[in-house]
Amino acid sequence: MRLVYFAWVRERIGKESEEVSLPDGVLTVRDLLAWLKTRGPEYEAALEHSDAIRVALDMEHVHHSEKIGTPFEIALFPPMTGG
Amino acid sequence: MAAPVTPLVRIQREDFDVQAEIARLTEGRGDVGAVVTFTGLCRDEAGRLSALELEHYPGMAEAEITRIAGQAIERWPLTGLTAIHRFGTIAPGGQIVLVVAASSHRQAAFEAASFLMDYLKTRAPFWKKEHLADGTTGHWVEAKDADDAALKRWEGS
Repeated sequence: MRLVYFAWVRERIGKESEEVSLPDGVLTVRDLLAWLKTRGPEYEAALEHSDAIRVALDMEHVHHSEKIGTPFEIALFPPMTGG
Repeated sequence: MAAPVTPLVRIQREDFDVQAEIARLTEGRGDVGAVVTFTGLCRDEAGRLSALELEHYPGMAEAEITRIAGQAIERWPLTGLTAIHRFGTIAPGGQIVLVVAASSHRQAAFEAASFLMDYLKTRAPFWKKEHLADGTTGHWVEAKDADDAALKRWEGS
């Protein structure tokens, strides 16, 4: 599935988006964040304070406890500062 | 019973015209008694900033603001509701966001505009990065606890 990153999450990971296959056992958003952190120092830096990272499944906000299911797109980003 | 109101939501790089957006909700009708507008501008933070760069999540920005606007329409008897949010680089004094709420009476218009802004600030996927007056790039603006706290007054009522 497609992961997309915004703001300083995008800058620290060093890419805007990527296609990934989730390993077995990655069921919730919290699992996803923990798995991504193992993928390299850039992910570790981006997701250091993973509780603060906001996640959207197919453009809808979700809690970290949410089951991922089979979305088309998962977005990771910092708390929002629009307006 | 009036026809249900459909909010107008636009996410755009170009500037907007506040008077034209008010006219869009009032022209040719006699039932609008109150129009409240909120315009958010870029500050220079006491001369420290040369601009703000606004990043957004295309698609979700429209979807999320439309969801919030829909809640406002369910909650207050509005005759019209518009929300416009810009992205890209905006200099101090430039317009960033516009909310126009129209109703027969002022209270609904005031409250709906305030509600929309409070939720937009914490739920619409936009991020501001500072460009400094000395020509360098500064930090990403941090989210404020006060913005989360502002939501509390809309809960449970």
